[in-house]
Amino acid sequence: MNKIFIIIQREYLSRVKNKRFLLTTLLTPIIMVGFIAGATFLSISGKDEHKIAVIDQNGFFKSNLQNTKEINFTFPENVDTANYITKGFTDIILIPKFEGTAKVNYIIRSKKRLGLNTETSISDKINEAIEDKMLQDAGIQRSQLDSIRSKSQFAELKSMEEKGNSVQESNAALSYGIGFGSGMLIYITMFIYGAMVMRGVMEEKTNRIAEVMVSSVKPFQLMMGKIIGIGAVGLTQFFMWIILIGVLTTAAQFFIPHDVMQQVSTLQQSNGQIPTGGMVQAGDAAQKIYKLQHTMSTANWPVIISCFIFYFLGGYLFYASLFAAVGSVVNEDPQDAQSLMLPITMPIIFSFIIMSNAVQDPSTSIATWASIIPFSSPMVMMARIAYGIPGTVPYWQLGLSMLSLIGGFLLTTWLSGKIYRTGILMYGKKVSWKEMGKWAFRKN
Amino acid sequence: MSEILGLSNLKKHYASQKAVDDISFSIEQGSIFGLLGPNGAGKTTLLRMITGIFYPDSGNIQFDGKPFDPLNDIIKIGYMPEERGLYKKMKIGEQALYLAQLKGLSRSDAMQKIKFWFNRMEMESWWNKKVEDLSKGMSQKLQFVTTVLHEPKLIILDEPFSGLDPLNANLIKEEIYGLAQRGSTVIFSTHRMEQVEEICNHIVLVNLGKKVLDGTVADIKQQFKENKFSIQLSSLPNEINSNAFNIIEQKGNELIVQINENFKSNDVLKYFLQQDNSIESFREILPTLNQIFINLVEGTHATARAFERSES
Repeated sequence: MNKIFIIIQREYLSRVKNKRFLLTTLLTPIIMVGFIAGATFLSISGKDEHKIAVIDQNGFFKSNLQNTKEINFTFPENVDTANYITKGFTDIILIPKFEGTAKVNYIIRSKKRLGLNTETSISDKINEAIEDKMLQDAGIQRSQLDSIRSKSQFAELKSMEEKGNSVQESNAALSYGIGFGSGMLIYITMFIYGAMVMRGVMEEKTNRIAEVMVSSVKPFQLMMGKIIGIGAVGLTQFFMWIILIGVLTTAAQFFIPHDVMQQVSTLQQSNGQIPTGGMVQAGDAAQKIYKLQHTMSTANWPVIISCFIFYFLGGYLFYASLFAAVGSVVNEDPQDAQSLMLPITMPIIFSFIIMSNAVQDPSTSIATWASIIPFSSPMVMMARIAYGIPGTVPYWQLGLSMLSLIGGFLLTTWLSGKIYRTGILMYGKKVSWKEMGKWAFRKN
Repeated sequence: MSEILGLSNLKKHYASQKAVDDISFSIEQGSIFGLLGPNGAGKTTLLRMITGIFYPDSGNIQFDGKPFDPLNDIIKIGYMPEERGLYKKMKIGEQALYLAQLKGLSRSDAMQKIKFWFNRMEMESWWNKKVEDLSKGMSQKLQFVTTVLHEPKLIILDEPFSGLDPLNANLIKEEIYGLAQRGSTVIFSTHRMEQVEEICNHIVLVNLGKKVLDGTVADIKQQFKENKFSIQLSSLPNEINSNAFNIIEQKGNELIVQINENFKSNDVLKYFLQQDNSIESFREILPTLNQIFINLVEGTHATARAFERSES
């Protein structure tokens, strides 16, 4: 037994000590944040300025269209589609005479093709102007309407879930996010770490160290040592990410002005109610932060995280041994690996598809069974668990799913161990599925 | 001397062939034993059963006086397979430490022994190098060190000299002698017959999964001798005519003769003494192992490729 620890230690340390591991672990969250920030930045900036000539047959847009920084509406005389560019306009809008509320197309012609954002914002402005005109005709002031709208927001939907004798607040959007996020994470890591196991086994085989190793340790110890070692690398990576996210969010709080934070804590104390007539009035930002914190707190994090770790490890062990078996029968040619991997990757991809449906509708019978069968349970069960235990996932389903996953990985490990034992010392010959089956099911 | 390894009626069959088909022999402690055979004869399968990698289909193995127990006896065996293998990205010192620990040595014991062997083989400066940076000969030396590091009772070397220059080959050869003197038994599997003649006390030849030959090198040569003698004369007689022998070859004043049945070597000498030719030298020509093996293996469907290579 001691030998398997020596193997685990080497597999683990040789990967964790590698500079590439540290780099990917640190860079992945940073790149993800950077990617989101970059996308946001690009959507905010980088808008072209538009000088738009409006040819209006109705006559009421002139007073109602509002200009923005990027979009400038003017109502010139003697401009038409033939000469608007030479007169210094970038676009021209032709609005025909409206007849009641019958559907009418208006046309915008431009020098350059319009971006999606610009197009939406122009059509919003025009619709807003029409709305204004109609309000005006009905004798309603826009300012009046706006103030009614904002005042009417005092009512808010809070969905509650039966929890024994008490009810608990739940949030569908959060459940969706957690379910999809953790399912996705398991999907990605299963591929990354599964492939890592396979490459490790292939390396041992092609380097011919396998024979030296199996003269000192049992092939099964060698395989399990590698699988457990790499699984530990995966867990280390998760914990580093959790710590990193914790540090980043704490650091982010220092960038929020002090008075806003104070308002947030007042909101927390008063359970979201703004004390009327109090000294502190909650600002918009404080409201948003409080809401985010409050929403996050509705999820049962300890259960979700411990289930995630269980299903990550269970799913990993289930598939990693299969990847190891494939690695052991591959001969130098990486193309063999591709075709042999297909029967393993197919159920993973299929589970991902079920998972992305289950996260929207967690109680269908497909989702329920897929969350119990060990081929797909790691991903699909995580999608359902986010909706709550025992509300959406009864205890018996969770228990059955966990037991069948444990049974499943014991079975795949046992079968793979037999394929591995023969495959790792077999050179030169291309191994067929039939032979692998024979190795897996023969006695001794 | 006691017996370290005894194989009796070992069999291992694969689906398509009988890799090892009823082989028995025994090896004395402290001897250097040669396991010979053409490619595909079943040597590797045999060695894998002796190292506990494979279980025999039938038959049994006695190791050190007891039935072979792979789990506990592994530490007493050092195996260097023909296909060398090391982790390419690992540092040499760490690699040696890892393999020694897997054999069952404690960390501190392993360190001590690695230092001793690295010092002996002039490898101390390699500690932090990676295996991928080593030349073939250097990694061969490392592989040898990792095989014998834990001072096993039984050392199995499959083609230990391939890829080594004469200097390093000699170094390893000296180490093999030294290990045998200190009580280790060495099983030496090779195609290179001249090395077998030089090093081994006892050999076994396998072909097509069966044992073909078993004995000491001297005995086997006696067994396969063809009664050939070389005689060097100061001058040749005009005519040689004797019913005691036939001349097979003539090189200058040297004759190679084959003695006919019922005659002795003395009859050859007697003949030339009578002819009054002065004899400068007279010696028996024993067949080389190479010739014996080619004779035995040729025509048995087994490929004699290995022997052709070692001849050239």
